[in-house]
Amino acid sequence: MAGTESEILFETLLRLGDDSLILGQRLGEWCGHAPSVEVDLSLANMGLDLIGQATHFLNAAGEAEGQGRDGDALAFHRDVLDFRNCWLVEQPNGDFAQTMARQFLFSTWQEMLFGHLEGSTNATIAAVAAKAVKEVRYHAELSAEWVIRLGDGTEESRRRMADGLDWMWRFVPELFEMDEAARQAAEAGIGADVTRFRADYDARIRAVLAEATLEAPSDQRPIVGGRRGHHSEHLGHVLAAMQYLPRSYPDATW
Amino acid sequence: MSKDWPLWEVFVRARGGMSHRHVGSVHAPDAEIALRHARDTYTRRMEGISLWVVPSAQISASDPSEDAAMFDPAEDKIYRHPTFYDIPDGITHI
Repeated sequence: MAGTESEILFETLLRLGDDSLILGQRLGEWCGHAPSVEVDLSLANMGLDLIGQATHFLNAAGEAEGQGRDGDALAFHRDVLDFRNCWLVEQPNGDFAQTMARQFLFSTWQEMLFGHLEGSTNATIAAVAAKAVKEVRYHAELSAEWVIRLGDGTEESRRRMADGLDWMWRFVPELFEMDEAARQAAEAGIGADVTRFRADYDARIRAVLAEATLEAPSDQRPIVGGRRGHHSEHLGHVLAAMQYLPRSYPDATW
Repeated sequence: MSKDWPLWEVFVRARGGMSHRHVGSVHAPDAEIALRHARDTYTRRMEGISLWVVPSAQISASDPSEDAAMFDPAEDKIYRHPTFYDIPDGITHI
């Protein structure tokens, strides 16, 4: 597929926006359910950071598409097969350890990605990445602190963190997949060549796991396809909760 | 979970040159997480540029039953306020 420049840009912005949107929605599910009020605020803050990023990326996606859709239309009136997020972000929260395992693996990657995207030839992507990379650095640090504390904690916390990492591990390879659309975006200077920071990513993950006295899970068969609309059964449930209100009451305001 | 965690007092410096002021407390398992909880709880709206956390258990407080001896004697010492001086005309910043 040889896309036009606006098609490549639309696809790139959807992938960025959907990652942030779906993980933001997932973190929002914790609201009122976290182990303590302080953790509740931590998770909600991270979720709101991510939804802010999604708003920028998806509004820009709507402009690139040129069909009159804005970020809200793309977030709330698209069906599951049209979502372009990776599998990692749609995975269930599970317990707090599983949520932190997901956050650690994703935010570490997103921080490196945004670091590269600060040099994007697209001014919107470069500006959002430059602003958001500071938010994401905090997400990566906080989740790494929890991986270390739970891994090197009690017998129970260690088991839960190991289980959480084991659940999420098979979704990491997708983060570094360079399919045709990603290659075109990188060649155009819009997107990043994610393979360039794979080694840095692996080193950082392993350093944190070592501090947490945890073994890296054994590599499993990678699961890919989210970038092309193939998703786990979990995403439909996420969208049902997220999209119910604006679809049932299209003109609702508050 | 939080009931198992010690309490930390949180101090925020609003701007450069200001002192840190007590704003509240958080539960956290250790100082590093306490700083992050303090950041997430008390500086969400640009309230500060620097944070301190101190274990609440490390604070020595005056005994409320000793209030009379501690504080009442100051009540009738108005001469301790620097309000009995005539300020010459033309002196500013006082």
